[in-house]
Amino acid sequence: MLEIQDICRRFTTPDGAVVRALEDVSLTIREHEIISLVGTSGCGKSTLLRLLSGLDHPTEGLVQLDGRTVDKPSPEIGMVFQEPRLLPWLTVTDNVGVALLDTPKTEKAERVAAVLEKVGLTKFADALPRQLSGGMAQRVAIARALVRRPSILLMDEPFSALDSFTKQTLQDHVLDLWRDESFTVVLVTHDLEEAVTLSDRVVVMRGNPGRIDRVVEIDSKRPRDRTSDAVQSLKRDLTAALHLN
Amino acid sequence: MAVLDDIKETIGLRSDHTTGGAASRGSSLLPGRGTLLGFALPLGLVALWQVASATGFADPQLLPAPGEVLGEIVALWQSGDLVEHIAVTMGRVAGGFLWGAVAATVLGILTGTSTWARQFLDPTIQALKAVPSLAWVPLFILWFGIFEDSKLMLIAVGVFFPVYLNLMTAIRDVDRKLIELARVNGLSRWQTVRWVLLPATLPAYVTGLRGGLALGWMFVVAAELMGASEGLGFLMIDGQMTGRPAIIIGALILFAIAGQITDKLLWLATRKPLAWQDTLDSLEGGRNNA
Ligand SMILES: Nc1ncnc2c1ncn2[C@@H]1O[C@H](COP(=O)(O)OP(=O)(O)OP(=O)(O)O)[C@@H](O)[C@H]1O
Ligand SMILES: [Mg+2]
Repeated sequence: MLEIQDICRRFTTPDGAVVRALEDVSLTIREHEIISLVGTSGCGKSTLLRLLSGLDHPTEGLVQLDGRTVDKPSPEIGMVFQEPRLLPWLTVTDNVGVALLDTPKTEKAERVAAVLEKVGLTKFADALPRQLSGGMAQRVAIARALVRRPSILLMDEPFSALDSFTKQTLQDHVLDLWRDESFTVVLVTHDLEEAVTLSDRVVVMRGNPGRIDRVVEIDSKRPRDRTSDAVQSLKRDLTAALHLN
Repeated sequence: MAVLDDIKETIGLRSDHTTGGAASRGSSLLPGRGTLLGFALPLGLVALWQVASATGFADPQLLPAPGEVLGEIVALWQSGDLVEHIAVTMGRVAGGFLWGAVAATVLGILTGTSTWARQFLDPTIQALKAVPSLAWVPLFILWFGIFEDSKLMLIAVGVFFPVYLNLMTAIRDVDRKLIELARVNGLSRWQTVRWVLLPATLPAYVTGLRGGLALGWMFVVAAELMGASEGLGFLMIDGQMTGRPAIIIGALILFAIAGQITDKLLWLATRKPLAWQDTLDSLEGGRNNA
């Protein structure tokens, strides 16, 4: 269980102004749920995700994973950024292996091979990043996050740079992985249809200062048909909620 | 047509890359069509030179015939003097290059990684850079004498700046996002250097080294013209004093060849770790760079 308790995060800009990126944010993320963060640009979604990852620290408040405070990155928490962030000088295998540098060689090789198989990139194990398409590169990034077997997978707009077909394929793919591996997913997205088709809960944030506006529960069973009335009407509701801000 | 051929060649090499064979890139070591094309202009100039000499258009006192230049070089070679001169000059370049590159690497890493070191050292280094390097000559001679030390010092100064500037800038410009990635994946400080910083800065560092080497060759000439009893530069002065233009031209050509060879060696030594680069050079198998 990932608990966000009364978090504030303020930035001081070089000219002395204070930006209240997050203000009084509390949220409990349950085990094995998929939760989406949506909201207008600049409302603090990425900031919140970075706090959850341990890359950044709250000005006030706490982030706790199973009762322990998250204050630095840990293997239990995996992160997929908006862009793949592959190291261009390493092959696909080594790019994933970078997440397991302290693991014994043979175990590392096995785990990397297994995760590449899972994201369907076995054939490209020896390719360099420049030989990959955008969707393949993002799959490598997902593999790299999963190879450490995190209990939480954080994703910051992971599919936003992809065309809609590749995007849907990858969404389904992540759902499959999620079903097999039983990790928790926190997904930042601008795509409300993505949020509605994937999530158990959608957290709507509003900016300036960044706060949680409402949390929408979605009960229907997965996989959900993107074109179904239920999904489309939820999407409309969320759109309306966002425009109210 | 030539353009079309170039494109085909590029595409051909490109598909080599996608099959990922480092071995296939090795073929560019052999002189390909592109390399041969590069020889066309110099050979043409030599032919023109020969014609000018044979027809008496060129004054042999100023521009002796190619055969005569070659003859002088061969004679020097046979006497063993030439090997000696080349070895001395190469030794000076190597020594100066080593000192300059090592100093630049240490300082570049310092100012690149530490804000404090940069604020403390970089302004001074930048100010020193503004001094035209040859202006150091009188001071170095005064300090280190007219023999080897002042020469090495001068060459080292020439080598230092391109290496230092390239390395410092490259370290500072390493994508912060990649550093963050290293943090997320729990890389230690040393692991971050090994897996991220080093490979990311290598291309610019090699560019700096090659630029430094070129300046090293430039400055060895200056150092040897200043006063030396051995070396290719001395050979040129000697040819000038004794009125033998063939020697001057011969030394000139040898400088060009030696400079090319050392640059090529540096390029070869660093080619493999840089093969990942997604640049025009890599599309063309690095041939343009050679
Ligand atoms: N390092 C920083 N220094 C100063 N201000 C920052 C910093 N990081 C974020 N901010 C500010 O915090 C606010 C929230 O930024 P954040 O990146 O979290 O927004 P976001 O919801 O992810 O937006 P987007 O949807 O555009 O990605 C913005 O006003 C931003 O300018
Ligand atoms: Mg963001």
